[in-house]
Amino acid sequence: MEPFALGFYFFSSITLLSGLMVVLSTNPVHSVLWLILTFFGASGLFIILGAEFLALILMIVYVGAVAVLFMFVVMMLNINFKEIKSRLTKYLPVGVLIGLVLFVELSLIFGDFIPELKFNSNDDLVINPNIENTKQLGLVLYTDFFIYFQLAGIVLLIAMIGAIVLTHQRRKDVKRQDVLAQIYKDPNNSIELKDIKPGQGL
Amino acid sequence: MKIIDILILAPEILLIIFSIIAILTASFFKSNKSYNLIFQATIIIFLFSALILYLTPFEIKTNVNGIFIRDTFSKFFQILILLSVSCLLFMSKQYLQKNKLFKPEYPILLIFSTLGMMLMISSNNFLLLYLGLEIQSLSLYVVSSFRRENYKSTEAGLKYFILGSLSSGLMLFGISLIYGSTGSINFEIISSMIKHEGFFPGIIAGLVFLICGFAFKASAVPFHMWTPDVYEGSPTPVTAFFATVPKLAAIGVLLRVLFDCFGQLVESWQQVIIIISVLSMFLGSIAAIGQNNIKRLMAYSSIGHIGFVLMGIASGTDKGVSSVLIYMVLYIIMNIGVFVFILNMERNGVAVTTINSLNMYNDVSKSQTLFLTILLFSLAGIPPLAGFFGKFFIFNAAINAGLSWLAVIGGIASVIAAFYYLRIVYLMYFGLSSDPLSGKMPTAHWLILSGSALLMLIGIINLYGLEKPSFLAAKSLIN
Repeated sequence: MEPFALGFYFFSSITLLSGLMVVLSTNPVHSVLWLILTFFGASGLFIILGAEFLALILMIVYVGAVAVLFMFVVMMLNINFKEIKSRLTKYLPVGVLIGLVLFVELSLIFGDFIPELKFNSNDDLVINPNIENTKQLGLVLYTDFFIYFQLAGIVLLIAMIGAIVLTHQRRKDVKRQDVLAQIYKDPNNSIELKDIKPGQGL
Repeated sequence: MKIIDILILAPEILLIIFSIIAILTASFFKSNKSYNLIFQATIIIFLFSALILYLTPFEIKTNVNGIFIRDTFSKFFQILILLSVSCLLFMSKQYLQKNKLFKPEYPILLIFSTLGMMLMISSNNFLLLYLGLEIQSLSLYVVSSFRRENYKSTEAGLKYFILGSLSSGLMLFGISLIYGSTGSINFEIISSMIKHEGFFPGIIAGLVFLICGFAFKASAVPFHMWTPDVYEGSPTPVTAFFATVPKLAAIGVLLRVLFDCFGQLVESWQQVIIIISVLSMFLGSIAAIGQNNIKRLMAYSSIGHIGFVLMGIASGTDKGVSSVLIYMVLYIIMNIGVFVFILNMERNGVAVTTINSLNMYNDVSKSQTLFLTILLFSLAGIPPLAGFFGKFFIFNAAINAGLSWLAVIGGIASVIAAFYYLRIVYLMYFGLSSDPLSGKMPTAHWLILSGSALLMLIGIINLYGLEKPSFLAAKSLIN
């Protein structure tokens, strides 16, 4: 068997099995851990496809940020997962039905069922197999897509301002650190030496 | 980015740079004085960008890698947006200070949302359009829940956010269908593709989803349900903003997409627009009758007016488009006038928004009552005021396009709508005397109120010479 095919079967079986375990495992923390394994499997598949940038981003964003956030939420919320799990059999037929529909749709795409669409490819994006993903993205992101890139940055800036406006409260009763006041503090004024005689208080 | 691109984008770049300076100023100099400065500087920057746009010699169909259009049409809308934003910002200062909402983030968020709207109207592809739309709506979600300790304001923000994201999702789905069918997100390429190769069902489906998304932003009927709640819950200056500027942007971008990108498919989208228009006109006029809160009433009134605007779009001709532009200008002026009045409705220093509190307002202030009466008459479209001419042009365009029955329906709806505008007038002159409002109004506000009322009267003469520029703008869109 070719090494690529071997890798594909390895990673896809990991993804499928761990995906199944996300749903089936009784402990929610285990579910999240299985989910992380699913992400690992998926990023392995991306590497096989030659999309190493996507693979690493998936790892960093989903495993590093989203899954950890999930973990925190799951551990902090006191939800009775046993009860939710007990309804599994009730929803099983619907789930199987949706799965079947999805399966049929996918087989329609990959089978020869639909006639070929007239699809004119976007000329802006010429994919050169000799350059690696990250460099290719960089080449268009900061030139052709410069404006989009900047505007996406503004969207994030607005999100930040919005979060601050809606949550930040300036409390009067909290003591704050004043760096300048600390630096300009003069030891001569702030320390007072007192000579206390033995046997006497202040 | 070439030098010429930077020149074309000058107003937008100016707004971005100024907003970042304002953010830094606000975070390093925390005093009322610097906040005041930011507030005033924002107004000046808006006016200055409008001036740049007005003087800009470019009449460029596309540039900046073919994603940006700066034609007469986009300039018309952008100048209108900038002028009305600066006016609204100027109006809102007193109210914000009184209600402890005077924060530097308010003008900054308004700058961003204005930036988003300007980009939307100038976009030549769906990616820029969507980014502009997100920039615009994201800042509006925050602004609508600006009074965060008030649960109604928070509710308004949350409602607007959830439904707004839903509509963005619908729109994105539509865009993806269009992209899937044509292989491009560029308006020109899509348009020429439809011209040469006919269209796929995917394009029509995508177009319907797109119209749904824009109808949400413009609060046209099947997607209007957020409007009354958001208008009621938001602080009044924000309501005034919602009632005017985002509507302009939504209508502008709707025109841009329908005529620039899908100009070949007029028959297809005409039916959708006609249905939305009829529903909006009737719901706007009937549902407003039972309202007691003047902000809710204005929400329904705006829904009704959007119905009329859509009637102009449905005619699908350059005359229709130019009538829409005239209608939007008049609508903005009337709404600014009415909202400057609502901003000052208070009793013992507490803001009041019930309609019944206007009972016998004539005894409190004769001049304000007179001006508001003129504005309400104009909103109702009663001749000879300018509001009538707005409707007249729309009806004219609809009849010329062979949609006489639609114009008749619009006439019926506007008669129904006249009831609730005139009810306010009735209450102000002949109502029962009750606990009167304070009736105080700063001189600047009084000037805006009287100015907008006078404009409604002056408009009778020649509509401020609007016909020619609006026709040129419409021509540049349709060519």
